[in-house]
Amino acid sequence: MSDALLDVRDLVVRYGDVMAVDRVSFALAPGETLALNGPSGCGKSSTALAVLQLRRPDAGEVLFEGRELTTLNERELRPLRPRMQPVFQDPYGSLSPRHRIRDAVAEPLKVQGRWTAADGPARVAELLDRVGLDPSYGDRLPGELSGGQCQRAGIARALASEPRLLVLDEPVSSLDPSVRAGVLNLLADLQNDLGLGYLFICHDRAVVRHFADRTIELRDGRVISG
Amino acid sequence: MPSDVLPSSDALLSVRDLRIAFDGIEVVRGLSFDVRPREALAIVGESGAGKSLTARALLGMLPRGATTSGAIEPDLSAHRGRRISLVPQDALSALSPVHPVGDQLAAAVRSVARVSGKEARARAVAALDRVGIPDAARKARAYPHEYSGGMRQRAVIAMATINEPDIVVADEPTTALDEERRDQVLRVLAEQRESVGAALVLVTHDMDVVRDHADRVLVMYAGRLTELGRADEVLARPRAPYTAGLLASLPQHAPPGRRLPALRGTPPAPGALPTGCAFTPRCPLAADACRKEEPEPQEVAGRLVACHSWSELPQTATELFYE
Repeated sequence: MSDALLDVRDLVVRYGDVMAVDRVSFALAPGETLALNGPSGCGKSSTALAVLQLRRPDAGEVLFEGRELTTLNERELRPLRPRMQPVFQDPYGSLSPRHRIRDAVAEPLKVQGRWTAADGPARVAELLDRVGLDPSYGDRLPGELSGGQCQRAGIARALASEPRLLVLDEPVSSLDPSVRAGVLNLLADLQNDLGLGYLFICHDRAVVRHFADRTIELRDGRVISG
Repeated sequence: MPSDVLPSSDALLSVRDLRIAFDGIEVVRGLSFDVRPREALAIVGESGAGKSLTARALLGMLPRGATTSGAIEPDLSAHRGRRISLVPQDALSALSPVHPVGDQLAAAVRSVARVSGKEARARAVAALDRVGIPDAARKARAYPHEYSGGMRQRAVIAMATINEPDIVVADEPTTALDEERRDQVLRVLAEQRESVGAALVLVTHDMDVVRDHADRVLVMYAGRLTELGRADEVLARPRAPYTAGLLASLPQHAPPGRRLPALRGTPPAPGALPTGCAFTPRCPLAADACRKEEPEPQEVAGRLVACHSWSELPQTATELFYE
């Protein structure tokens, strides 16, 4: 599949003798949501980290926008990293507790050299608005937000890098059902508007059924269906 | 037919007009309900609704700085570990990391019963065996870090039921577990509490857990009772708009399509409540009366509902909750 946003082939992640991910293959098109589903320890998160090259896989290929990532060194990966962004389960754990939301969202812009004093702040306000947060929330610390608001801030920070792929690792699992629905709706809207591809890791089958276009079931590191 | 909701003479425990405040700000605001012998009563609601505080109040385990009023009869807090016990959310922090699990269970036995160390250890092993810990005699000598997450949660259930309490309070006992382990742990909890004849007060935000494991459900919003009734009836047809909104936002109930119905906005902060019903700003049925006066629970269709507009709620309320 040459037009794939992400094409993973025979991915292997080992921890000592344990095969956490055992020859897992899948492909993801732009604008598509592919869910990885399975119980704790099945290799979902290890797959996510290996796709992001945050944990280098032990074997296999990860083609992102047609480029093989596993053979690239850190310097070669750096310009590609903004295009694939993670969103993690614990919204408070993904933002520094001592940085205001505004600064957390601005940081990727600054690091990537896209910050100017003239339009940086407006861009941050626009990103916060995009995720359904009033820009006044920019003044707050993560601890002053609810779980759902904090997760929205984490998504705004990911969007600041203008990604094509979001790797969503249990993004709604620590949220109340009512809040979860709002965050899932936001993710659906963003995908519609921006054509993002989602690798959606989730152990909740009802959420997966509702949200994903396709699902891969993992067990003991292997694909058992999908 | 005995009422499913109103005070019953056979209540194991009665909570009346419970109020819990911090720095003068009420977080639980006049809550009344009973716990009946052997029943499983779920308490649900969003974060901050006061459900965990209510459960902690039953145990006499409120955080420092809390002031309470109202009545919890009988007060079992002096009998914690014997007549009432806790299964916490985080099993790892509930167990001491520096003592073998079996020793911790034996200590729980000896805290209430005058038995020999040998007898207490034998009971500990038997309790671990009952909750399905394989090779319990050997595992009793192991430390919590040598247990898997699901096994630890089962060990905590063994500890909570080893002294055959009247009430087990479980505070989000399965939130950290995946679906398979969640069901396994809840099955073990049900078996153990049924075998010792204990009632269960189950704090959860998981409606699947309510459906599968609760006899009755108490829905809380902003520190108050919103709806209380038989779990199957409340889930099948909620009568309070807040309950309807919570249920509508579940993906398993959602009509096909990418957007889910959702409760707009967030619960009000304690101390910044709107006048009248606290749910008014988020309620699709809010009327003038709702903005004036906070509704008291009234009996509706065999349950308690605190809502001025309950009769306006259609049988299928999902479409009310699209953002």
